[in-house]
Amino acid sequence: MIVFFVKRLVMSLVVVLISTVVMYVLVDRSIDPLYDLRTSTAPNKADQIRRRVEALRLDEPVILRYLSWLKGASGCLYGNCDLGENWKTHQAVTSLLSGAIGTTIQLVGLATLLAILLGVLVGLLSALRQYSGFDYAITFLSFLLYSLPVFWVAVLAKVFLAIRFNDFLGDVDPRFSIATILVSAVVVGITLSSATAGRLSVRVRNCVIAAAATAVLIAYLNLTGFFKTPSFGIVLIALMSVGWAFVITLLSTGLRNRKALYSALSVAALGAVLWLPLLYFWAYARDAGILGWPLVLGMFVLGLVVSAAIGLAWGGPDRTRSARTAALTAVPVSATLFIDRVLQSWDDYNANELIKNRPIATLGRSTPNLAGDFWIQTIDTITHLALPTACLILISFASYTRYTRASMLEVMNQDYIRTARSKGLTERTVIMRHAFRNALLPLASIVPIDIITLLGGAIITETVFGWFGMGRLFVDSLGGNQQDPVMAYIVIVGILAVIANLVADLIYAVLDPRIRVAA
Amino acid sequence: MSTPLEPAGHFDPTGGETLENAIELKDVEGLSQGQIVRRRFLRHRGAIIGLGVIALVAILAYTSIGAGGIPGWWKFDPVTPGKVENSGSPSLALPGWLGGSGFAIGDHPFGQDEIGRDIFARVMKGTQTSLNVMVVISVLAALIGMAVGAVSGYFRGGIDQFLMRFTDLFITFPVIVIGAVLGKLAGSAGAFWLAVALGCISWTTLARLVRGEFLSLREREFVDAAKAAGASSFRIIRKHMIPNAIGVIIVNTTLLASQAVLLETALSYLGFGIKSPDVSLGTMISEYQSAFSTRPWLFWWPGLFIILIALSVNFIGDGLRDAFDPRQKRVPSQRQMDKAAQRQKNAPVAAAGDEQ
Repeated sequence: MIVFFVKRLVMSLVVVLISTVVMYVLVDRSIDPLYDLRTSTAPNKADQIRRRVEALRLDEPVILRYLSWLKGASGCLYGNCDLGENWKTHQAVTSLLSGAIGTTIQLVGLATLLAILLGVLVGLLSALRQYSGFDYAITFLSFLLYSLPVFWVAVLAKVFLAIRFNDFLGDVDPRFSIATILVSAVVVGITLSSATAGRLSVRVRNCVIAAAATAVLIAYLNLTGFFKTPSFGIVLIALMSVGWAFVITLLSTGLRNRKALYSALSVAALGAVLWLPLLYFWAYARDAGILGWPLVLGMFVLGLVVSAAIGLAWGGPDRTRSARTAALTAVPVSATLFIDRVLQSWDDYNANELIKNRPIATLGRSTPNLAGDFWIQTIDTITHLALPTACLILISFASYTRYTRASMLEVMNQDYIRTARSKGLTERTVIMRHAFRNALLPLASIVPIDIITLLGGAIITETVFGWFGMGRLFVDSLGGNQQDPVMAYIVIVGILAVIANLVADLIYAVLDPRIRVAA
Repeated sequence: MSTPLEPAGHFDPTGGETLENAIELKDVEGLSQGQIVRRRFLRHRGAIIGLGVIALVAILAYTSIGAGGIPGWWKFDPVTPGKVENSGSPSLALPGWLGGSGFAIGDHPFGQDEIGRDIFARVMKGTQTSLNVMVVISVLAALIGMAVGAVSGYFRGGIDQFLMRFTDLFITFPVIVIGAVLGKLAGSAGAFWLAVALGCISWTTLARLVRGEFLSLREREFVDAAKAAGASSFRIIRKHMIPNAIGVIIVNTTLLASQAVLLETALSYLGFGIKSPDVSLGTMISEYQSAFSTRPWLFWWPGLFIILIALSVNFIGDGLRDAFDPRQKRVPSQRQMDKAAQRQKNAPVAAAGDEQ
């Protein structure tokens, strides 16, 4: 197998090498570095042109220029990178790249994660309720999302999600009207009930429960002035944690497994109890100057470990499963606690004179010159990420939903599902353990490719929202007739694509024993 | 439930499956492959609506402002500036029962831009561009993809290796990246050459799929039979194998067509596609996006027409996929199963005959 992959790697690298030749010539043909000079009326025009031709070696054959570019680029293999420079500003391409890559990772990471989670969940439900109203609605939605021009949606999002929403928040007393509450309650109720199975009476009951819960929730948020001074408070945190405990247990072991349920509930209780002490802890950490992402992530990992220990402590014959459920429950519970703490700085953030009560940003990666502690900076990042992330999710969500639905349907028609059912296993076990895991197999080969393609930059999203990431670098350089940055981008994207395909094959070969590669 | 010794009698161990087969058989009995596909397609409501919408859009776009030198029935053309009336706002009004002020089309149903060009005419022109580009890209991509995939899958060996590495060359980069470079190169030469350039890079998926299909088709008996009868390779590919792979080809060409619309508009939006004086829905959006707060109509219509085209084509593609590939077939409802069981009970002899 190793021989196979080495062979493939070498082969792909050769392909990348050839493609750089082709692309170098193509880019050279398509750009015109003398563009601004051709229309210039300067008296020394001929002289300027001559000097630029000399500086960019435009009089030499393109192949010679390619070879000298390749020489510089191959220096990257032994730490002596020379990818050329932007000839207008004389910035080295390598320094342009390092900023752009960080920006792109920040933009794409969260969006991809959320899109995968949402897409897989909705695709799974859609497949389980094949040809129901829910399924048709989701199918239509995903087709619609496929057909949306993202640059168009992005402008709409800027107007409706950012400007109008900021207006709403800037109101003296922002709250939802009764009509809005009723409409959203009905919408949530119908959506959730159409996603559940069972007889009509059961679904009507689910619809009523979901609608009532939504109405109560929004009314509660209205009454507590959530939209003015957002924070969960101990009541909501406790309720949400218990809710998560039930949901996670239901999905992971089933509610019949009492030990697992109790472990999850203990984690939820622990989260609620720790709410107040944690606030003091964060304040202390800030004063001590150790507050930052390392500390937050460290606390998160600690939470996972403690939760798993709680699961083990409940004991029983399958205590590893209790531990797993407890650790899984710890993820949303700690996320809730984190979000609550972030929200508590919302007022300070809004009152900042650079923000002026218009929190959702439409341009850029962060507010320039914004002073503030870790929480303020986090809010700033989130408000800047909100719109582009939403746009990116819209696009990839559709394809993940379709993939998951298709592969889930295929799996559900397999004989081993029939066997599992005829053994008398519960439907939860059949779906989560037999069907779902196998349905995820094809996704394992799509996700790496998607992630790495996105690292090449969400070209349009970055352009619309003014994020100076990889995609924007490419568009700006191509538009500005800059050969070197375009080539650097192309090489990186090409190599990333090779790695992505290789990783996808590897994952597939590891996960699916039916795949045996011939060396 | 049943012991092995129990006589089978009327108990059918694979009862459900037989019933499902019976239902399926009733749908397809006595029909040719083409008839089955056509019937399944016509039954797909989304696909039929999509077909209707795209036909309407095409008729509207081509007849209103005319195409290829033939004048249309609309009084304005997309490029001539005119007098800005009513600050350019659209004269299209909804009928009273939809909350409008009485149905009216008026002079400028979609409004005018700041120099008085008629937006309806511009959107129609942009729609024409998108449709033309879509057709050129998909025809070209289908032809190249089919040829590469067929040769690769049929002959295998060295030529397959070479062609697949050649395909890898294109797959290395996202289409939009090569598209941007080629678009900058070909965009100023006009929409047709842009479409040709984009068609030359969009065939890769189809080529891989056709190759896969051909690799399995070439092992089938009818190919051996054709070979034994002395048919040439070209004839076997053309007469025997492509008709058998046509489902994959048609479905993927349709899906590619909807992506082609989005690719062209996106490239034009970024400035690497169609350039003025040609009109593209993408360039319209990029020209007008800053005017959204003052003149939102400049912005709404081009986007809506992109969605209309892409969505209809996507639905047609979905219908075709369902028609050609019944793998994700509908699970019969309990009522259908009961009905089929009833039928089988009433005509046990016929049912037994069907099973063989």
